[in-house]
Amino acid sequence: MKEYTPEQQQQFHAAVAKYPHKKAATLTCLWIAQEIDGYVSLEAMEYIAHILEIPVTAVYSVVGFYSMYNTSPVGKYHFQVCHTLSCELAGSEAVIEHLQKRLNIKPGETSEDGLFTLTRVECLASCGTAPMCQVNREYHENLTPETLDVLIDHLRQEAATHA
Amino acid sequence: MPKLKTKILSNYFGVDQAWTLDFYRGHGGYETAKKALTEMQPDEITEEVKTSGLRGRGGAGFPTGMKWGFLAKPEGKPRYLCINADESEPGTFKDRQIMEWDPHMLIEGVMISSYALGVHTAFIYIRGEFHLPEVHLSQAVAEAYAAGILGEDCMGTGYKLDVVVHRGAGAYICGDETALLESLEGKRGYPRLKPPFPAVEGLFGCPTIINNVESVANIPWIIANGGEAYKQFGTEKSPGTRLYGISGHVNKPGVYEEELGIPIMELINDRAGGIKGGKKLKAVIPGGSSTPVLLPEECEELTMCYEGVAAAGSMLGSGGLIVMDETTDMVKVLVNLLRFYSHESCGQCSPCREGTGWLYKTMKNLLAGLGESGEIEKIEDIASNMEMRTVCPLAAAATMPTRSYMKKFRGEFEAYLRQVEAGQATLV
Repeated sequence: MKEYTPEQQQQFHAAVAKYPHKKAATLTCLWIAQEIDGYVSLEAMEYIAHILEIPVTAVYSVVGFYSMYNTSPVGKYHFQVCHTLSCELAGSEAVIEHLQKRLNIKPGETSEDGLFTLTRVECLASCGTAPMCQVNREYHENLTPETLDVLIDHLRQEAATHA
Repeated sequence: MPKLKTKILSNYFGVDQAWTLDFYRGHGGYETAKKALTEMQPDEITEEVKTSGLRGRGGAGFPTGMKWGFLAKPEGKPRYLCINADESEPGTFKDRQIMEWDPHMLIEGVMISSYALGVHTAFIYIRGEFHLPEVHLSQAVAEAYAAGILGEDCMGTGYKLDVVVHRGAGAYICGDETALLESLEGKRGYPRLKPPFPAVEGLFGCPTIINNVESVANIPWIIANGGEAYKQFGTEKSPGTRLYGISGHVNKPGVYEEELGIPIMELINDRAGGIKGGKKLKAVIPGGSSTPVLLPEECEELTMCYEGVAAAGSMLGSGGLIVMDETTDMVKVLVNLLRFYSHESCGQCSPCREGTGWLYKTMKNLLAGLGESGEIEKIEDIASNMEMRTVCPLAAAATMPTRSYMKKFRGEFEAYLRQVEAGQATLV
């Protein structure tokens, strides 16, 4: 079971307090765990099961169902490119191709330096500003090869400054 | 149809700081909620909503006031209101605008609706991917608590209301109202068998009303101006305005608030600036990706209201139009949509879990030039074995468009088969 700092534990307990039943806080607690570690570890699931007083399998089953919980570490910047219809009509395949070339990874892969992960995702409700992608939680819309290059350079720079 | 002069929902879209409490109050915000909570009886509010004829903006178009009327009110059990902000139907990106630009309008709608329903805890279920909308909405809720608008004593009226913003985690199915409830309870988003309906046994086994963001955002205007005033917009059977989202091959994609009943071609040609590059129109999805596709000739006289689109054999749905020009390969379009539905099937019912995957693989093979003769009939057979055999409408959301593409663009599907028969297949 994962050990969290008192401040982190407080975050979990505050989430639980918002709901009339503890189990209802499962998704919210998983988000907190993912925000702390970048992914949801089995140890984190055990902690959540413990505080919600539910079996670990119940937590694991939820993690497996939803697409946004990462069960293993992802890159510092997670590119999630929408490839559903409106984005495809607007050129999402070209976006993915460009990212593959620039980041030197295929969808589903993480770059060797651990900076970037590339994933194809379904509709992100940004159809009017297609093509688009989500980097971690931020939306980047109306993408072109030029704006993608600016974005990648910016992220590389940001990572270098904070390294 | 002239451009809408009185906007109900989109007055402050695109206006900096419109999401703050100061801005909202500076424009008369929360005055209607105060009036409703102090001067009106809960039933009067429900009656006003019934009079307005407001129909659910999530997709099904069920009258909101009538839905409220179904809420069971047993003694000793809390009731809940859940706002469906899981906006996930491909082609739909309207609720997001409300939460990004005018979240207090939604919160005021939640307050008035909760009071009408006797609800003291309301949940807003927002899809996990929405970041900026969630930030603005959560900030707005925090501001409302700090200002005493929400909480133990809403604006000194003695009414208690808590609003909880609940973040989903990526699952289209959670837009289904009972899947949403399961997800809110901390489980996999598996739709429930009905009955019991949520209005009787919903969240945590208690009576629950689930309304779409756009539906509830209309409530402050309806209560401020009256249900009769709302009916001056739209058609007799589809009163009011809608946020139409237009995407695809148009010059100015975006969200446009217009009356219900606006001609579809006016939306496409005028508001969205027509087809990109002066190309010809080939097909339009009128209300989100699960609604049957329409041909240009079917759009000529089509008006965007529930009854108008239904008469053309499709649905107004979520009001999300996807416009396709003459260069679009309709087999590719269907492959894209089937991939979506097979990815998003929750897996609970085997006809849907297996069927959506089978449809996708079969259609992908066809696109790759690997389709055998009889494939088109096989697809129709799979579709008919999926419909009406599942707990929720996701299977139908996949088969309805499938049938429409295959019927209206049959030649394109057959052309892929002929390539195979002529031995010209190349792997794509």
